[in-house]
Amino acid sequence: MRKPVIIGVGLTPVGEHWRLALRDLAVEALLNAMEDAGVDKVDSLYVGNMASGSFVEQENLGALIADWAGLGNIPAVKVEAACASGGAAVQEGVKAVMSGLEDVVAVVGVEKMTDAWPSDATRYLAYAADAEWELFHGVSFVALNALVMRLYMKEYGYTEEDLALFAVNAHANGAKNPYAMFKKPITVETVMKSPYVADPLKLFDASPIADGAAAVIITTEEKAKEFVDKAKMVEVAGMGRAIDTINLANRKEFLFLRAAKVAAERAYKMAGIEVKDIDFFEVHDAFTVMAALSLESIGAAERGKGAMLAKEGQIAIDGDYPIQTLGGLKARGHPVGATGVYQTVEAVWQLRGEAPNQVPDAEIGLTQNIGGTGSNITVTILRRV
Amino acid sequence: MGRPMQVARYWRHFKEKYRLIGGKCKSCGHVHFPKRPVCPECGSQEIEEFQFSGKGKVVSWTIVRNPPSGYEYYKPYPIALVELEEGPVVLAQLTDVDPEEIDFGMEVEMVTRKVREFEEDGIILYGYKFRLPIK
Repeated sequence: MRKPVIIGVGLTPVGEHWRLALRDLAVEALLNAMEDAGVDKVDSLYVGNMASGSFVEQENLGALIADWAGLGNIPAVKVEAACASGGAAVQEGVKAVMSGLEDVVAVVGVEKMTDAWPSDATRYLAYAADAEWELFHGVSFVALNALVMRLYMKEYGYTEEDLALFAVNAHANGAKNPYAMFKKPITVETVMKSPYVADPLKLFDASPIADGAAAVIITTEEKAKEFVDKAKMVEVAGMGRAIDTINLANRKEFLFLRAAKVAAERAYKMAGIEVKDIDFFEVHDAFTVMAALSLESIGAAERGKGAMLAKEGQIAIDGDYPIQTLGGLKARGHPVGATGVYQTVEAVWQLRGEAPNQVPDAEIGLTQNIGGTGSNITVTILRRV
Repeated sequence: MGRPMQVARYWRHFKEKYRLIGGKCKSCGHVHFPKRPVCPECGSQEIEEFQFSGKGKVVSWTIVRNPPSGYEYYKPYPIALVELEEGPVVLAQLTDVDPEEIDFGMEVEMVTRKVREFEEDGIILYGYKFRLPIK
């Protein structure tokens, strides 16, 4: 099989982009990535996006973005896996390159969320849940995560303050990221003083609604030499993806992300590594409790010990398990379908040694992107070439 | 959102939502809710209808303070994961309860209530909620 490498990255800041449309964001990120890679044409485009039809009444994003970016009559499709759409789009791009069918592939993740009224945005996000058996009852996506958070605290004896440490870490790191939505450090008190959105989950336990786009250019190791120096190449060493029940109530376990475990095991096997080899983790902290569960499910912590890593300071840049090195979903922001691609871009920065919040000597990084309440998860391993 | 042609979308679930009827696998006996075409335990496609008692216990709960559009009228409202006495867990609103009273393992029973109203000329949705049992 051909070795896939990322040779270019591009992105927009995450934020409330009132002046920019979905297509503007996507094209900006995409052209930046192509410039970074030194390519002027690509063989195909994969667009990670969760809910453009609901948020901006626009589907057919493959045609829209390839057309507006001037990419010609190439194949282009949208990839949807709820909030894991970005991670899934990256993996589809990698598969196309590995298969030999396409040599230079562009992946862009984009979401334009702030054009929608907040309670409508809450509704559209809940479309990632089970519409007939969850949304029907008036549950929001935040509320589903709150149900898990309450159980997690009871089962393992953690407090709301303990979980707030994940938000504090994310904001500390996001403060160094010029592309992050929130560039201000916070304290546990900030989290505790924020209002309940769905008890016991508070506003600062949750990632913000935002707009943004991020892009990567993927090619083979052989072909990469035509465009960039080795220092700019990052290998996609392993990847895995799995689903779990879409309906949280139907889950066999509420406190373990089975899909993350399966996806991570596949990715480790493909990369030929173990979790101890990984230098940093960009896990999906859409909600603080999900950061804890993610660390446990991918094997970085034992069950019930994910939040202990935060309490012991091990999730900081200088800890043994640095996470959310550029702010994560919590501080960088979470334009849902774009998030997995932002994680990929940030991992590439770390592995090229270009991150504003650099993990020293980072060789291997992991990105983990969750769709639904753990129902659709991607894990990707990136390695310095 | 609430267009009259959506009636069929809700009408087709009356059995489950008004009477809490789920599925039982004829092959392995596993009961589940809602009823599925394939048994999640053994993969059998021989599934029959199963009437749940409506009795259960609260596994976890939250108070929805920022609801999705269409549910603003009720806010704030409690939503819980309820483990039915036959085994499956369902998600539903709790009703006729003081949020301070809700606790892990609290016994509840199913009751039919209004879940959502659409616009003035729109449909009204009913379904199961759970409340403290009436002795």
